[in-house]
Amino acid sequence: MIQVQGLVKSFGHTYALRDVDLEVTQGQFLTIVGPNGAGKTTLLRILATLLKPTSGLVRIDGLDVASRSAEIRRRIGFVSHQSLTYSKLTVEENLVFYGRIYDVPAVKERVDTLLTLVGLEARRHDAARTLSRGMQQRLSIARAMIHQPSLLLLDEPYTGLDQQAAEMLRQLLQTITAESCTVVMTTHNLQRALELCHTVAILAKGRIVHEAENTSLTLDDFQQAYWHYVGDRWPR
Amino acid sequence: MSKSLRIEDVLNWLSGLSMMVALYLVFVYAPTEATMGHVQRIFYFHVSSAWVGFFAFLVTLVGGIAYLRGGNRDWDTVALSSVEIGLTFTAMAVITGSIWAKATWNAWWPWQQEPRLVLVSILLLLYLAYLMLRAFVEGEERKARFAAVYGIVAFVSVPFTFMSVRWWQRLHPVVFEREGTHLAPAMLATFLFCLVAFTILYFTLLLHRSRLGRLADQAEGLKERLRTGEGG
Amino acid sequence: MSFLNKVLAIVGKDVVAELRTKEMFSSMLVFALLVIVIFSFSFELRVENVAQVAPGILWVTFVFASTLELNRSLAMEMENGCLDGLFLAPMDRSAIYFGKMLGNLIFISAIEALMLPIFSVLFDLNLILPSLLLTIFLGTIGFAAVGTLLSAIAVNTRAREVMLPVLLFPIILPVVISATKVTGGILDGVPLADWAHWLRFLVAFDIIFLAVSYMTFDFVVQG
Repeated sequence: MIQVQGLVKSFGHTYALRDVDLEVTQGQFLTIVGPNGAGKTTLLRILATLLKPTSGLVRIDGLDVASRSAEIRRRIGFVSHQSLTYSKLTVEENLVFYGRIYDVPAVKERVDTLLTLVGLEARRHDAARTLSRGMQQRLSIARAMIHQPSLLLLDEPYTGLDQQAAEMLRQLLQTITAESCTVVMTTHNLQRALELCHTVAILAKGRIVHEAENTSLTLDDFQQAYWHYVGDRWPR
Repeated sequence: MSKSLRIEDVLNWLSGLSMMVALYLVFVYAPTEATMGHVQRIFYFHVSSAWVGFFAFLVTLVGGIAYLRGGNRDWDTVALSSVEIGLTFTAMAVITGSIWAKATWNAWWPWQQEPRLVLVSILLLLYLAYLMLRAFVEGEERKARFAAVYGIVAFVSVPFTFMSVRWWQRLHPVVFEREGTHLAPAMLATFLFCLVAFTILYFTLLLHRSRLGRLADQAEGLKERLRTGEGG
Repeated sequence: MSFLNKVLAIVGKDVVAELRTKEMFSSMLVFALLVIVIFSFSFELRVENVAQVAPGILWVTFVFASTLELNRSLAMEMENGCLDGLFLAPMDRSAIYFGKMLGNLIFISAIEALMLPIFSVLFDLNLILPSLLLTIFLGTIGFAAVGTLLSAIAVNTRAREVMLPVLLFPIILPVVISATKVTGGILDGVPLADWAHWLRFLVAFDIIFLAVSYMTFDFVVQG
C-alpha cells in the first residue's frame, strides 16, 4: 500500500526528514510516535501529496506521489490537526462541498451515511463553528472519508480532546479500521499509540529509529524503547 | 573556478575603463546643448541608468522563470541580485530625471510633462514591493518561489503601465517636445557609449552580487549543519 | 464538466457563507458611506464641481474595497487550514484559482453595485450607465485576476493585510489609470470613439493577467 525509500525533505537548509524507509501493507494500522519536531507532520503531508519530497521514493498503491498525485488523492483521506472545515457553513454543507470537489456520486446519501457513522445527524444544520472540539474532530474524519478512501492518514487526532471525546474517537477509529481501511496515524501520546495499531514506529530527528509489531508489546516495554531512542534529546 | 575568476577580472577592468571614457565623453567630448546648456549632459547617464534598471528587471523575469522551471536556487540569487542593482540604477534615473526636470520645467516633479519619469518611479515602487515581499516571507524555498512569481507578474505589468501613462498624458497639451530625438553625431556617439558602459557595469555588479549571494547561501547551510550537529 | 462543477462548488460555498453571515455586505455598505463622507470633506472646500473628482473618488473606493474583499476571501480559506482541504481534492489547482477568482469577481461586483446608487445620490450624478457598467466590469476582472493570485501570496506572509496592497497597487495601476480616464470621458459625454482604445486596453490587461495568474498560481500554492 505505502512504500517509502530514502525519503528526504528539506526546507531550505533545514532537514525535516533525513532518510525515511517505511512499508505499510493493505489493511495495516501503523502508528508513528515521536517528539514535536521529529518530522511526523511533514511525513504525513508528503504521503497526503501536500508536500513534495526533496528526494527519495514514495509510492502509494504503486503510484509515485510526485507524478501521480491526482490519482493518489482519490485514494487517501487526510485528517489534519486543523479541521479543514469552513466555520460559517453548516456540517452538512461542509460535507456536500467536499463531496462535490471529490466527484462523489449520490452525495446526499453518502453524507447521511457518514453523519450516522460519526454521530452528528442531530447537528447537521448547525454551523461548524458551533461544534465542540470533539465533534469538530469527528466532522473532520467524516470529511476525510467522504470519497471512501482506502488509506486514512491521521495527524495527531487526539490533541485537544477531553477523555470522553477521545474515547468516542477511539471507538470511531475502531469501526473504520474494521472496514479493512489502511491507516497511518501520528501521535505523541504513547498510550494512545498502542491502542488500535498493528505496528508502531518511532520517528526522531527525521529518521525512523525503531519499528515494532504490536502483538506482544506492553506499554512499559514500549515506553522504555521510546526513551531509549528519543530520550537522549529530551532528558527527564 | 580559475575561468570564472578571469571573467571577473576582465569585467572589473572593462567597466572601470569604460566608465572613465564615458565620463570623458560626457563632460569633455560631447558639445554643449544650445538651448539647455550644461544641464543636458545629465541626459547621458539618466537614460543609461533607466535602461540598466529596465534591463535588470528583465533579467529578474528570466531568473524567476528559470527558477520555477528547474528549482535551481542560483537563479533566485541572480533574480534578487538583479533587482537590487536595478533599483539602484532606477533610483539614479529618478534623481537625475528630477534634477533635469527642475532645470527644464522649473519643477522637481512634472507629472504632466514627463510621463516617463512617473513610469520609472512606478518601476521603483514595483520592485521595492518585490524586496518587501522577500523580507516578509518565511522559508528560503517559499521566498524564492513567491519572489519569482511576483517578478514575472511585475514585469508583465510594465508595458501596460507604460502605455497607460503615455495615453494618459496625450489628453493633455504637450508643452515641450522631448529634446534629444535629433541628436548631433557627437552626442549620439556619447549616448551610445554610455549605454554600453552602463550595461558592462551592470554585468560586473551582477556577477559580484550573485557570487556574494551564493556564498551567503552556502554559509547559511553550513551554519544550519553546525546548529543541528549533523554531518550530512 | 467535472472541472466546471468543482469551480462552481468553490464559488457556491463562498456565496452561501456570505449570504448566511452578510459580513462583507454590511461592512462594505458602511465603508462606502464613510469613504464618501471623508472624500467630500477633504475635497469640498476646494472643488467647485464634484463631477470633476467623481471618477477618482469612485475608483479609489473600488480599489480599497477590492483589497478588503480579496484579503477576506483568502483569509477564509486559511481558517482551519481549509486551503489544504482544497489541495487534497483530486482536482487541478487551476480549478481553485478560477473558483476563488470568480468568487472574488462576484463579490467585488456586488459591492460595486451596492456603492454605485449611493454615489449617484450623494454626488447627484447618474452613474448607472451601460457604458460605465461595462468599464467597471472590465476593471473589476483585472482586479480579481491579479488580486486572487497576489492574495494567495500575501496570506502566507507576515503582515498580510499590508502586504496585499503593497503588491497589488503598482500592478493594477494601469487599470486604475485607464478606468478613471474612461469614467471621466463617459461622465463628460465624450463620444465612444475617443475612449474605445482604453476599453480595448482593459480587455487586453484582463486576458493577459488571467493567463499569467493561471500559469503561476500553481507555484504559489504548492507546499
